Amino acid sequence: MTDSSAHQPMIAADGLPLKKSLARSLRREKTRALLLIAPLLVFVLLTFIFPIGSMLFRSVENEIVSNILPRTVVELENWDATSGELPDEAVFAAFVADFVVAVEEKNHTRLGSRLNYESSGMSSLFRKSGRKVAKWNPETDGPFKEKLIKTDKGWGDPETWAIIKTHSGKYTNGYFLNAVDMQRTQNGIEAQPESKQILIKLFLRTVKMSLIITASCILLGYPVAWILANLPSRSANLLMILVLLPFWTSLLVRTSAWKVMLQNQGVINDTLVWLGLVSNDARLEIINNQFGTIVAMTHILLPFMILPMYSVMQTIPPTYLRAAKSLGATNWIAFWRVYFPQSIPGIGAGSILVFILAIGYYITPEIVGGTEGVFISNRIAYHISSSLNWGLAAALGAILLVVVLVLYWAYDKIVGIDNVKLG
Amino acid sequence: MALDTSTDAFVKFDRVQKSYDGETLVVKDLNLEMPKGEFLTMLGPSGSGKTTCLMMLAGFETATHGDILLDGISINNIPPHKRGIGMVFQNYALFPHMTIAENLAFPLEVRKIGKSEREAKVKRALDMVEMGAFGGRRPAQLSGGQQQRIALARALVFEPELVLMDEPLGALDKQLREKMQFEITNLAHNLGITVVYVTHDQTEALTMSDRVAVFNDGRIQQLAAPDVLYEEPENSFVAQFIGENNTLEGVVREIQNGRALVQLDSGDLIDCKPVNVSAPGQRTRVSIRPERVEFHKERLSPDAHLLKAEVMEFIYMGDIFRTRLKVAGNDEFIIKSRNAPDQVRLQPGETIEIGWLAEDCRALDA
Repeated sequence: MTDSSAHQPMIAADGLPLKKSLARSLRREKTRALLLIAPLLVFVLLTFIFPIGSMLFRSVENEIVSNILPRTVVELENWDATSGELPDEAVFAAFVADFVVAVEEKNHTRLGSRLNYESSGMSSLFRKSGRKVAKWNPETDGPFKEKLIKTDKGWGDPETWAIIKTHSGKYTNGYFLNAVDMQRTQNGIEAQPESKQILIKLFLRTVKMSLIITASCILLGYPVAWILANLPSRSANLLMILVLLPFWTSLLVRTSAWKVMLQNQGVINDTLVWLGLVSNDARLEIINNQFGTIVAMTHILLPFMILPMYSVMQTIPPTYLRAAKSLGATNWIAFWRVYFPQSIPGIGAGSILVFILAIGYYITPEIVGGTEGVFISNRIAYHISSSLNWGLAAALGAILLVVVLVLYWAYDKIVGIDNVKLG
Repeated sequence: MALDTSTDAFVKFDRVQKSYDGETLVVKDLNLEMPKGEFLTMLGPSGSGKTTCLMMLAGFETATHGDILLDGISINNIPPHKRGIGMVFQNYALFPHMTIAENLAFPLEVRKIGKSEREAKVKRALDMVEMGAFGGRRPAQLSGGQQQRIALARALVFEPELVLMDEPLGALDKQLREKMQFEITNLAHNLGITVVYVTHDQTEALTMSDRVAVFNDGRIQQLAAPDVLYEEPENSFVAQFIGENNTLEGVVREIQNGRALVQLDSGDLIDCKPVNVSAPGQRTRVSIRPERVEFHKERLSPDAHLLKAEVMEFIYMGDIFRTRLKVAGNDEFIIKSRNAPDQVRLQPGETIEIGWLAEDCRALDA
């Protein structure tokens, strides 16, 4: 090898640079590998990435106002919403023109419900006016200002027009503001009225209860995992089946079973009354509140804690404990100083799994949570299926996603994600 | 070293038995006495009970029957952490989440020794195994031999009088193993500690120990100094297990003046030293070391019985020649001869006559 070869690229036998040769020879393999994973890639893209992306987009998308009322939105630009006066005739004329088209296409109720999220009453205002305005001819029947106000007093309120103007942008942060108990008004961003502030409380409750559930899972799961890892494999397998049994029963069945156990006339209360520990007229309230949710969810998520702990503990040879004892450590010190630190990766993996599952849990809090024990996901479900405020649901979901990512990042900073092992 | 210490043995196994399942005994009636400062090796094939004995001494297993005494006190009911016995484990068992220095400080911490004294002792122990510069590393960053030294230092840092070692060199390569054998014995003798060492490697046992206890089938087959064990095995198991060995089977014809005349199954007669045989007519297994077989007739006594042998294979091993013969129907008969300028290299197919001194040929149990 000459001196100059150190600076020049290596040449393969065919005279091409080595890098190029290597890339060429690997191309076939890479193409084949890509083809092999292509079905999965397409599946994930279509069924996971794309729906989530579109859902997240919904949390800021707001084209409905400018699509249904294009002329009104343009005219409203010249009106000062803070003046306290009604917009002029041009705005009303543009609005009627837009509104007649909207009624024809049956879009006005959709717009009504959208604006109803911002101020209640908007939905009925749009629906009622729709019937009357449909008969008007926007070309000849003007002027419309007085006429429209006559159909409904709502149109004589500058507030109504302020709301339309405030929410006329193609994109909005309104849903996100709503999601954190704020709102967008013509005067800028304000807190929601006290009576409507519920979501922040729900977020905090969800995080708090998820932490409690994770902690209970650690406390209950650690000894079980330890026994599993230290039993001879025959008995360990039997016990493992018991741990996995809940996985083979429907989630709904398990949750309903807790309802039977915990309710006022349920197994636990009956037993306590029979034992005389609790008097018949003071039965314990252990369901339809936070306690019920924590108990049921701890039970349901326990296997997710035990399995990673177990697989990590299995890799810790018993000689470490023996070595510690031979060096003079008591059982407790040997456990605490030698065994426990080595089992932390399992606790970490289990905690992340349980916490992330818990924070987005829906069914169990819905069934046993009552009003005090529901999670943010129950609110998201409500907005998806009942109030049909998908934008707010999407914003809540996005915030939940960010919260999980932030906590994950914090965990990485504090404990280190390398310190998570599934076995 | 005085081996007759029955009155003040430092470690004593007194009629110890151990069973795991209540049906079979893993250790059968073990009696063993060790004086202070002795290096004793428990040698045996796997499943012979040697590791169980070590674990009972360490306190990780309880004796089903019998007493284990340490310095005259029964330790049957003393938990492992109060026995004050140092132990080196097979895979070192260095705590992976602690640095080397923390590993060494651990036994001192649990003994509540002050920080400055602790640091001084850790440093001294590290220097002792020539690992002074490695205190800040983690076990995973060390090579096998280095981990071995640290495990040794950790077992010694709290100055125990008795140290147990469970196949500590098993995971090392041959060269390193030989070096460590030497270092461990030196260290043990310099510190004057008593060592119980478990291995299945007979070379290790012979080179390191003051005495070796050969285990088989839950019993000590022979407890003796290495040279005695090699040259005067008391039964055919020990003869087979320690070193290379040739066996021939036959029947005792007569015993006279410390000599036994044995007729081999092939009909040939040989002279032996009777060890486990007492009367004519007994079946016996005759044991002879490969290096004690002679085929230069002039070096044998004129009245020695000779056997015909056919050369099967000649292996050149550098320092020695290893020749496989067929003798009295046994074609696994090995002889070893030193590679000297005048040494004969036997050719396969050649027929020779071999013989030996009667003392080197031991008539053992059949």
